[in-house]
Amino acid sequence: MLLKKNLLTDKLREDKWWISPMLVLFGLLSFVIYSTWAAWQGEHFWWSGGNEGFGGYLSPFYSPTVYIDPTKPGVPPMYHSLLGSWPEWLSWLPGQSPAWLILIFPLSFRFTCYYYRKAYYRAFSLNPPACAVQPIQGIPSKVSAITNGNINAFNSGNKYDGERGLLIFQNIHRYAMYFAVIFIFILSYDAFLAFFNDGRLGFGVGTFVLTLNPILLGCYTFGCHSIRHLVGGDLDCYSCSLYKDKVNHSSWKIVSFLNRRHQTFAWLSLVWVGLSDVYVRLVSMGIINDINTWGL
Amino acid sequence: MSLRNFKIYRGDDERGELVSYQCEVSEGMVVLDVIHRIQADQANDLACRWNCKAGKCGSCSIEINGKPRLGCMTRMNEFEEDQTLTITPLKSFPVIRDIVTDVSWNYKQNEEITPFSPSEEDKKKGFVMMQKDVERVQEFRKCIECNLCQNMCHVIRDNEGKENFSGPRYMARLASLEMHPMDRADRIGDIKDKHGSGMCNITRCCTEVCPEGIQITDDAIIPLKERVVDRYYDPVMMLFRKIFSKKERDKTKSKVSSFLKMFF
Ligand code: SF4
Ligand code: SF4
Ligand code: FES
Ligand code: FES
Repeated sequence: MLLKKNLLTDKLREDKWWISPMLVLFGLLSFVIYSTWAAWQGEHFWWSGGNEGFGGYLSPFYSPTVYIDPTKPGVPPMYHSLLGSWPEWLSWLPGQSPAWLILIFPLSFRFTCYYYRKAYYRAFSLNPPACAVQPIQGIPSKVSAITNGNINAFNSGNKYDGERGLLIFQNIHRYAMYFAVIFIFILSYDAFLAFFNDGRLGFGVGTFVLTLNPILLGCYTFGCHSIRHLVGGDLDCYSCSLYKDKVNHSSWKIVSFLNRRHQTFAWLSLVWVGLSDVYVRLVSMGIINDINTWGL
Repeated sequence: MSLRNFKIYRGDDERGELVSYQCEVSEGMVVLDVIHRIQADQANDLACRWNCKAGKCGSCSIEINGKPRLGCMTRMNEFEEDQTLTITPLKSFPVIRDIVTDVSWNYKQNEEITPFSPSEEDKKKGFVMMQKDVERVQEFRKCIECNLCQNMCHVIRDNEGKENFSGPRYMARLASLEMHPMDRADRIGDIKDKHGSGMCNITRCCTEVCPEGIQITDDAIIPLKERVVDRYYDPVMMLFRKIFSKKERDKTKSKVSSFLKMFF
């Protein structure tokens, strides 16, 4: 006879439960590494075949361009800058890159997203790494204690506090969402821009890449749980007034449809945003040629 | 017919052992059938709980190879012929004997919930609800109280959260009451403090395990968390409610519509 607690451990789960957290770990880490590198560059985020007129491809990592340093290669013409040329007081930013000024918005949105929270609590905090698998002990447990919101992680062991301790900041998600919605409009404008070169209407592979980008991001963003709540999820009755609740109910239905597929769109849009940057960068550096109707 | 290997937990809440059995398995058998056959032929004193054998009473919850499942809904042909099945009691609750656990903690959580509270007027009139209002709360009524989600939730299972967290099944019940058009009680404060919505880190194991396919995390817990945000963490909403909300019912429901009502 053994002690029950030694017998009924979570080691009983025999299947390959670790595959999914490993994939998430790999996927998220690769994205973080690539996007940091890409943001650091500060150049080759724009392509218009050397033309100054309206239109061109802009990498989504750099949109909107707050400041532009016109001395660098592969940057948009000056009229694209929101606030003009690169200011003195920001000269310390790595690579003089305008990406740093805007990445905080999509980053905070994804970081506090209810889907990504699940993904990284499992893959990074390992609490739990998979269902019916004990939180992993050892060094990761200290990391997980902190990410689990336990302020005293290093003094008092690994007491789990859910999203009540440090992680209480996750509740800002809806504010991050407001900004994310603005970005959908900005990126849609960039997609529109991609249909032009030097004022001439047309399209190329890059147009397709940059048009799909806001579509996927939109499917991700408009499936957000906070939006689902705000458009009608907060109501208890959808038939208590003549028409107003109807609007709420149908918008809630649409958001719910996307919300069911939130994880899928979370990954699709993440991968696509990365690929869009890769594409614009490669074309801008002259490594690949954009196939298009402008004959460039 | 083939002879298969099993290990079943035999013992009490303190001590026990995984006893090996062999059992003939024929086509169409579920794990609960195997337990019954072993009980009949080899171990008459093996305790197990069951009732309907149709996945509807929620009594036969056990863990099979470390995964919480309903014994009566887990078919033997899911497993390889040479695979040994380890059958253990629910890890999160005290063992009464063998694979039967004492799940009364869950019923205590249920008692803590403010019951359905319609207005006197509605009580007299009777309820007339539109289908679209019924739909959302109906999902939660599919619950068979198998406690698999309660057992699976890592807050309860591994993180000693029983003190601070009522568990996913009761989050679903709270959601079904909070979203009920005829209900007039306010449970948002309780949901945050007494029932501990913040303890859940939305890792979705409850949803994965639910035999009724209830979207516990997406349709109950997250919407409740959002209502808690409205009340406690969103400064704009807090201000909004101060200005617009009716005094009789301080629920979070009325933001958008009360705003519109100002103009129509
Ligand atoms: S989603 Fe929340 S309630 Fe469900 S198992 Fe995970 S922590 Fe528990
Ligand atoms: S919510 Fe699902 S898993 Fe939880 S007790 Fe009800 S039926 Fe069982
Ligand atoms: S929940 Fe994923 S974006 Fe809001
Ligand atoms: S015996 Fe009723 S659910 Fe399994």
